[in-house]
Amino acid sequence: MGERQASNAVEGVGPPRPVDRTNEYVRIEHVTKRFGDFVAVDNVSLTIFKGEIFCLLGGSGCGKTTLLRMLAGFESPTSGRIFIDGQDMADTLPYERPVNMMFQSYALFPHMTVEGNVAFGLEQEKLPRSEIAERVAAMLDIVKLKDLAKRRPHQLSGGQRQRVALARALVKKPKLLLLDEPLGALDKKLREATQFELINLQEKLGVTFVVVTHDQEEAMTLASRIGVMDRGEIVQVGTPTEIYEYPNSKFVADFIGSVNMFEGRMVEDEPDYVRIETPELPCTIFVNHGISAAPRAAVWAAIRPEKIDIAREEPPGPDNRARGVVRDVAYMGDMSVYLVQLDGGKMVRVTLPNSVRQLSERISWDETVWLSWDASSPVVLTQ
Amino acid sequence: MARSQVRQPQKPPIDAWGAGRLGLIFSLFYRYGPPRWSQYVRQHWSGQRLVIGVPFLWLFLFFAVPFIIVFKLSFSEVRLAMPPYAPLIEKVSEAAYAINVNMGNYAYLFTDPLYTSSYLYSVKVAAVSTLFCLLVGYPMAYAIARSTPTLRNVWLMLIILPFWTSFLLRVYAWVGLLKTDGLINQALGLVGLGPYTMMYTDFAVYIGIVYSYLPFMILPLYSNLEKHDLTLLEAAADLGASPIKSFLRITLPLSFPGIVAGSLLVFIPAVGEYVIPSLLGRSDQLMIGRVLSDEFFANRDWPVASAVSIAMLLLLVVPIVLFQRFQNRELAGARK
Repeated sequence: MGERQASNAVEGVGPPRPVDRTNEYVRIEHVTKRFGDFVAVDNVSLTIFKGEIFCLLGGSGCGKTTLLRMLAGFESPTSGRIFIDGQDMADTLPYERPVNMMFQSYALFPHMTVEGNVAFGLEQEKLPRSEIAERVAAMLDIVKLKDLAKRRPHQLSGGQRQRVALARALVKKPKLLLLDEPLGALDKKLREATQFELINLQEKLGVTFVVVTHDQEEAMTLASRIGVMDRGEIVQVGTPTEIYEYPNSKFVADFIGSVNMFEGRMVEDEPDYVRIETPELPCTIFVNHGISAAPRAAVWAAIRPEKIDIAREEPPGPDNRARGVVRDVAYMGDMSVYLVQLDGGKMVRVTLPNSVRQLSERISWDETVWLSWDASSPVVLTQ
Repeated sequence: MARSQVRQPQKPPIDAWGAGRLGLIFSLFYRYGPPRWSQYVRQHWSGQRLVIGVPFLWLFLFFAVPFIIVFKLSFSEVRLAMPPYAPLIEKVSEAAYAINVNMGNYAYLFTDPLYTSSYLYSVKVAAVSTLFCLLVGYPMAYAIARSTPTLRNVWLMLIILPFWTSFLLRVYAWVGLLKTDGLINQALGLVGLGPYTMMYTDFAVYIGIVYSYLPFMILPLYSNLEKHDLTLLEAAADLGASPIKSFLRITLPLSFPGIVAGSLLVFIPAVGEYVIPSLLGRSDQLMIGRVLSDEFFANRDWPVASAVSIAMLLLLVVPIVLFQRFQNRELAGARK
């Protein structure tokens, strides 16, 4: 299995930042990496374009870090080839690659000052001292660390260390920056702020970013495109919107955000609509777009929690509705999560934005409610 | 304070007492012992003080007390008597005591060139041996630290294994190897070389010291190198440093505390080394350890022997203080 483009992508869903798809920068061709019997990366093919932020997203052990380390040159592929800027990287040692990496642990040199850490890469290029000093100062200015230039890494906070690591990698003006869980060690507030700083920096410097993360929220915010990995394979590549709204498999639908999955069979399969019968719902699911699957094949209808309406009144129409009892309510501030048990026994997750402050009107525990959704909401998955 | 109040049994804090028999004895003592004691114990004694107290007592009895005796002796005058020195405080008459402080022993160390040359020679031998230990030990420690955990244990075992044989025997073994008709010269003779004079030279002393003290260099270096974060080397490579550059800029500076610890562990005992230079070394140039023992046993001049050893101690205090300072800096740096 190689790269499977989002098969059911629909026109009008575009990347948040335009990706120049003509300017290919990294090409990974059928790359496999084995450690003994264990296949860490399994026949991955991937193209990354110049100037984009590409996120490799997956759970732990899915091979995303191994893939990144092969780009950096710390691991060599068992088979397959990697091209960076058109050049085969097979015989290029890590210290000869036009690539820099920001390590998950930051890997700052503990015996050097912030300045020394940032200057290290430039010193290896044998640049004149004045130029090194100039570029280091400019880079420290960009990451707002000018005042801490003389400090040692152990005198810095986590966020400051992260910025030193970033500055150290970026000061070399790489064409490609690899980031291994760049925000993993930061707390939530700082992480959110840093995400936008990273994007701004990337846009300002025009560097191509390849980011490895297990955090889907981080991937959604940062990425122009996401490659979802599972057990060494890339299962879907697409923009955050494509991945979220049009997942191509149960795995992706489930991994990105939360989803209610209804297993059933197609009973009507027309070019412009399908109807799915499921034992979990008393009615059928009507989907207003066609899909390609064998008639009466087993399919899954995936509906995102925020795309389901919850109401006390019975909604009209025979399809796309169900009655249930609220079993649990979680108030999250900006929204509330309802766990509704349908009459058939299935638990369904529904989220509602708390757009009104009035508390008394809100649906509460043990109320009987009606769920309904739009015919465009379900995603029909065949695998 | 009323007695009854103090005697009220209270549970001692667990962390202060720890578990085990000693804790039980102390807690019984604390509950049923005399009231003043229990107050004192509660306020001043803790498990921490107890465990520190044992080595402190040991060092006081077997290091501080003998040191004070030697220090006192170094100011005495030699006498043909038993003990062979004049007492520091002497009763002159019924009402008068004389304090005999004699700086002559120290002055004597500077007047006779034997002592200065022995000191300098000892420092030279120790320094050269330390350097060779470092040159031989660093690559070994590095290789051990980078090998697989199973192999690592085997290597470490092999490093420590020689300690199971008597030190004296191992030094004697070198006599058999190094002497003019010894194993090395016989082997060289087979290929038409030699024989070389190796016994009773500085070379033999270096061999003996490097051989005997190598583990003291390797073990601290190993324990330093083994803790290195290897991603730092990946980061250096990523930033364009070749493996040699990475070693010089990252590994070497980070292993500096290990180098200092290992060097001091070799240098300090090597300065006072007695057995190795006696068995393998030159007879025309003595090391200070030999001078000291001759002074003490052959000349029976205890005061001068004491002065020699106090001077040697002062000579070594400088590197020891440096070592201490370095360790403190290390501890400060380790708090990340």
